[in-house]
Amino acid sequence: MRRRSSNKPASARWQRWLMSDSDRPVVEMRGINKAFPGVQALSNVDFSLMRGEIHAIVGENGAGKSTLIKVLTGVEKQDAGVVTLEGEEVTIRSPLDAQKLGISTVYQEINLCPNLTVAENILIGREPKRLGGVHWKAMNAQAKQALQHLDIDIDVTQTLGSYSVAIQQMAAIARALGISSAKILILDEPTSSLDIHETAQLFGVMRKLKSEGVAIVFITHFIDQVYEISDRITVLRNGSLVGTFDTSEIPRLDLIAKMIGRNLTEFDEMSQIKLRSSQQIKGEALLEAEQFGLTGAIEPLDLELHAGEVLGFAGLLGSGRTETAHLLFGIEKPDSGTIRFAGHLVKRFSPLASISRGVALCPEDRKEAGVVDELTVRENIILALQASRGWFRYLSTQQQYETADRYIKLLNIATPSADQPVRNLSGGNQQKVILARWLATNPQILILDEPTRGIDVGAKAEIQKLVLSLAEEGKSCVFISSELEEVLRTSHRIVVLRDRKKITELSGAVDEHVIMQAMAGGES
Amino acid sequence: MRQRKPSFSWRKVTESKLFFPLIAFALILLFDFIVVPGFFNIQVREGNLYGSLIDILRNGSTISLLAIGMTLVIATGGVDLSVGAVMAIAASVAALLMNPYVLATELPPNLMKLINDPNFTYLPLWIVILVALIVAIICGLWNGLLVAYVKIQPMVATLILMIAGRGIAQLITNGVRIQIFYKPYAFIGQGWIVLPFSLYIVALVFAIAWLLTRKTAIGMFIESVGINARSSFYSGIEEKKIKLLAYTFCGLCAGIAGLVASSNIKTSDAFNIGMTNELDAILAVVIGGTLMSGGRFSLLASIIGAWIIQGITTSMYAVGVPAFALQAIKGVVVILVILLYSEQVRGLVRRFGVQKGA
Repeated sequence: MRRRSSNKPASARWQRWLMSDSDRPVVEMRGINKAFPGVQALSNVDFSLMRGEIHAIVGENGAGKSTLIKVLTGVEKQDAGVVTLEGEEVTIRSPLDAQKLGISTVYQEINLCPNLTVAENILIGREPKRLGGVHWKAMNAQAKQALQHLDIDIDVTQTLGSYSVAIQQMAAIARALGISSAKILILDEPTSSLDIHETAQLFGVMRKLKSEGVAIVFITHFIDQVYEISDRITVLRNGSLVGTFDTSEIPRLDLIAKMIGRNLTEFDEMSQIKLRSSQQIKGEALLEAEQFGLTGAIEPLDLELHAGEVLGFAGLLGSGRTETAHLLFGIEKPDSGTIRFAGHLVKRFSPLASISRGVALCPEDRKEAGVVDELTVRENIILALQASRGWFRYLSTQQQYETADRYIKLLNIATPSADQPVRNLSGGNQQKVILARWLATNPQILILDEPTRGIDVGAKAEIQKLVLSLAEEGKSCVFISSELEEVLRTSHRIVVLRDRKKITELSGAVDEHVIMQAMAGGES
Repeated sequence: MRQRKPSFSWRKVTESKLFFPLIAFALILLFDFIVVPGFFNIQVREGNLYGSLIDILRNGSTISLLAIGMTLVIATGGVDLSVGAVMAIAASVAALLMNPYVLATELPPNLMKLINDPNFTYLPLWIVILVALIVAIICGLWNGLLVAYVKIQPMVATLILMIAGRGIAQLITNGVRIQIFYKPYAFIGQGWIVLPFSLYIVALVFAIAWLLTRKTAIGMFIESVGINARSSFYSGIEEKKIKLLAYTFCGLCAGIAGLVASSNIKTSDAFNIGMTNELDAILAVVIGGTLMSGGRFSLLASIIGAWIIQGITTSMYAVGVPAFALQAIKGVVVILVILLYSEQVRGLVRRFGVQKGA
């Protein structure tokens, strides 16, 4: 029997369901298939979600996590398979339909308007009305209440953009919960741009909602967080279901092995490469910065980078990591100090000048500053190389394909062909395309700003390994990441930044706690 | 080995930027074939070809020239509203340099008779053309500087010259409409070497633009800047210079179009030359499938777009639609053409193809 999804009010449906046996899943998806041109995104995937559970979905890039969620939220229509909501088969035609059924989603990129107030963002489209106009007072009160429900107490009349990403995320959740009082909340990589404290705050909110019976789907690449918060884990690989496990019953290494479909000897391998490469670091500096800074971005600092060295930047969001990277690459011009590259004083600051010096920057913001999404994989890969050659020394079609194919193979970029527009690729593969773009310029110094954000464990390990092997070849890297563990694993030397200042520099066997203390500030 | 050669398939055909413009153009010609007797007749007189079809191409050459330049500007994510005014400026400069005596109030009789002498020009024709085009290039540079370096929104930046340009054109000729009697100049717009001479100009400009964008990296850089200026900047593309180049080239194209247009009517008429042509040019580019937000472009598709617009005008005249009703009818046809472009209709066509193919 196939029922129209909208023929019954959601509340009645829920009430009836709440009274029934609570062991029955809220959502059940069976035999879901979905193909896109050239890719089988999902094949025969089952998924079930219980009331009051936090269910993590993990898998590598392109494993099908996003597609599965898109089917559940009505963004995509499955080719085959059934979705049941508390026992009844439903057809979810659109995101609006999904919301009416009580399924709300907070996406990876926050879809709110930073120039509107927090209250407007939370209640837009559902503003309380009075005399035909918006009842501002009631609106602000309602918004405040919605946030207080999440234990957040802020001024909701300020613009959303004036708050941290974490607060913006909370506002997005408050908005999602507010719509038809959601019973199913889907969080698509909510923590990828949050720091430690903000993540803890988000987890508090998630636990609270869980205790109220909300079923939460949590998609993330952070394994630590999966273990910290989730009850069950569903693992997808290459569009197929590997299995669903109770979090308490599956050891980490097993989980990771299931995700990437191979054993984790890579981490041992990595520490060996690091050891080997650290012996090759050259004495004289490839890059020397003295009292190098920009007012408002980063206070003057000294930096040294040697050939064959990986220099890590550790620090919280807003500590000046990205700003320093931008200065080193010439996105912005410094207003104090000097910088020397291979002994020569740098006078021209621009990306193009940096590229011709052999410096490359893989920027933090992949979507805004990285990919050119309508261009093909091939064009994206050769873009910086061609820019350094100028307008008229155009790479021949054959050279373009050779370069593109080489890096598609080297970095394992999953794409049907080099002529595929980059926007059709998954996030991690897009990131690899950007990496390929910079490797193609054969840089002496590669600055990587959050190169592993939002990508899966397997690809993360690949990128870390790549960084170390570049160092082994005598190149230098600046490695910036919010994940301290990652910085520790790859870097020979670590610069700690806080509040737009360089705090300290650590090398050798570094203790995680020492760095965290430096990052956090004075108190022990 | 990966397969590179494009295999022929319905999908490939429908996804090509040329597919829908060609269909639209074919529909217009089909309409003419049914409704207008002898529309496709082509006569040969003194070795030259004449006919309605040739007329569409000839009269469409101004819009084609503008569309070539406009394509590059729109591909960078901008727009140039000033091309019509730049046409008028170039025409005024050319007219003045050929016959500056027109402006004098009193002339000795020996100069007076030069005014309508078809063999007289004050400066040699090549200098006249060169100076007019340099002035057009300067206009384009001005637009480019405002957009790329001063960072004014393209529509606003080019609106300045759109409005001021006609004033400048009138200042140049002191408010006088200069009649152009010099015969060789008329050849630019009215000459015939088997085909109308202006078509060769279009072909030349098209070839230059194509070589410039497709045989160098400039085309890719333009598209890249149009899709994501920030990513392009981070990748080392000098996005300001790319924009400057696009607007400058667009100015040059407008200048050439101005010469063709003034040669056609043998007058430098600052008020009427190129009036609303900027909108036709933008429309031609849009019909050619380039998005107003920038990105991928096809020069050939833009030219077909220009022919579509000219085809509509010519066919309406041929059926006897009065000039005053033309704009309204053109509007209706444009809506139909644009409908053909909506994703929904395209999807329908593709599905149709798949069913047929399966």
